[in-house]
Amino acid sequence: MNAAFFYAIAGVVLFSLGLHALIMHRHLLRKILALNVMGSGVFLMLAALAKRTGTTIPDPVPHAMVITGIVVAVAATALALVLMLRLSAATGHAVLPDEEHE
Amino acid sequence: MATLTTVGLIIDALLALGLMGLAWRVLANPDLFKAIVLFIAFGLVMALSWVRLEAPDIALAEAAIGAGLTGALLLGAFAKLRNAQTVAAVETSGTAHGTAHGIRSIALLIFILLLATGLGYVVWSLPAEDIGLSDAVAAHLDTSGVSNPVTAVLLNFRGYDTLLEMMVLLLALLGVWSLGDTAVHRESAPDPVLDTLSRTLTPLLILVAAYLLWAGAHAPGGAFQAGAVLAAAGVLLLLTGWRLPAALAAQPLRLVLVAGPAIFLALAVVTLLMEGRLLQFPPAWAGRLILVIETAATISIGVTLVALFRGAPPADEDRQ
Repeated sequence: MNAAFFYAIAGVVLFSLGLHALIMHRHLLRKILALNVMGSGVFLMLAALAKRTGTTIPDPVPHAMVITGIVVAVAATALALVLMLRLSAATGHAVLPDEEHE
Repeated sequence: MATLTTVGLIIDALLALGLMGLAWRVLANPDLFKAIVLFIAFGLVMALSWVRLEAPDIALAEAAIGAGLTGALLLGAFAKLRNAQTVAAVETSGTAHGTAHGIRSIALLIFILLLATGLGYVVWSLPAEDIGLSDAVAAHLDTSGVSNPVTAVLLNFRGYDTLLEMMVLLLALLGVWSLGDTAVHRESAPDPVLDTLSRTLTPLLILVAAYLLWAGAHAPGGAFQAGAVLAAAGVLLLLTGWRLPAALAAQPLRLVLVAGPAIFLALAVVTLLMEGRLLQFPPAWAGRLILVIETAATISIGVTLVALFRGAPPADEDRQ
């Protein structure tokens, strides 16, 4: 066992915390935050597992994948935020309706 | 050496715990503004973790994009949301609390716990050593034209991914532009501190971007990190009230936006015709081709990210 596994497990925890918040929260900005935390968890796990090469140099392929992922995540976040603002402009709030109370 | 390893382990444990604690605070904080600020702090701790994981390329990308630009985007959206609504409406967290949701939230909690346990078990039971693809990358690094393995993977071995990623960025911007203007225009004179700071920082940021672009061939850095630093300069300028001159807003801006993906795509077609495979660079030319793609990509990525932050297409502003 080495320190990289700490980070891999932390990645699993971040993903789970994010997924829970994504489902529980009804405010869209909070859902976007939760998605970003989930993404960070996946990236952390990928890079932590890339460190298991047994040498001092980690596997560069997952590193490249994570850099690609970070850029795609920021693009998706920007689009999601604009969609949220449009919804807010159209309906007056950025919170999803509560099905059980309506 | 033994004490150094112990200190390293303690730092790793603290960073991992810090990440989990910060993520919890981000997601559970009742104050939305605090949650966003904590998310930026979370991104910076992530950047430190990347350094500990010996991934300096990702650390640079995370600090500039993950923490910096995403934070700016979130704060910008929060400000627009607050301008459009009362504070109380923004703050409504919308957490499904209450007895009516009791059974559902318990079921969800059990599901998440099972998922986390399963994922954790899978990660834990993976072999402690796995060489992955690093041997394959090391074997072909000489023919890639660069000596930084991450840049070699991004621009040469898996250039296809990077090409598609540039397209995703462009698509996201098209999506944002097609949704129209969501900005609540509130032009105000820039703060004198911000004004002075941006005057000093903007040339410096452009210099850092150029360095990162050049260094990417043999050291941590590359097109994405350089593009993100360039975008940071652009965002700073936007915050000080600077706007793109109208003469540059229409055609020239769009040309710069597509230059990166277009040059990348053109090279993909040329290599397909000359070498028989998409993005298969001849080793003698690979270094120069990668530099050309990276330079165009850096400028396009930087400008696209600034445009994503701005939201509305510049042409729309003229009409108002």
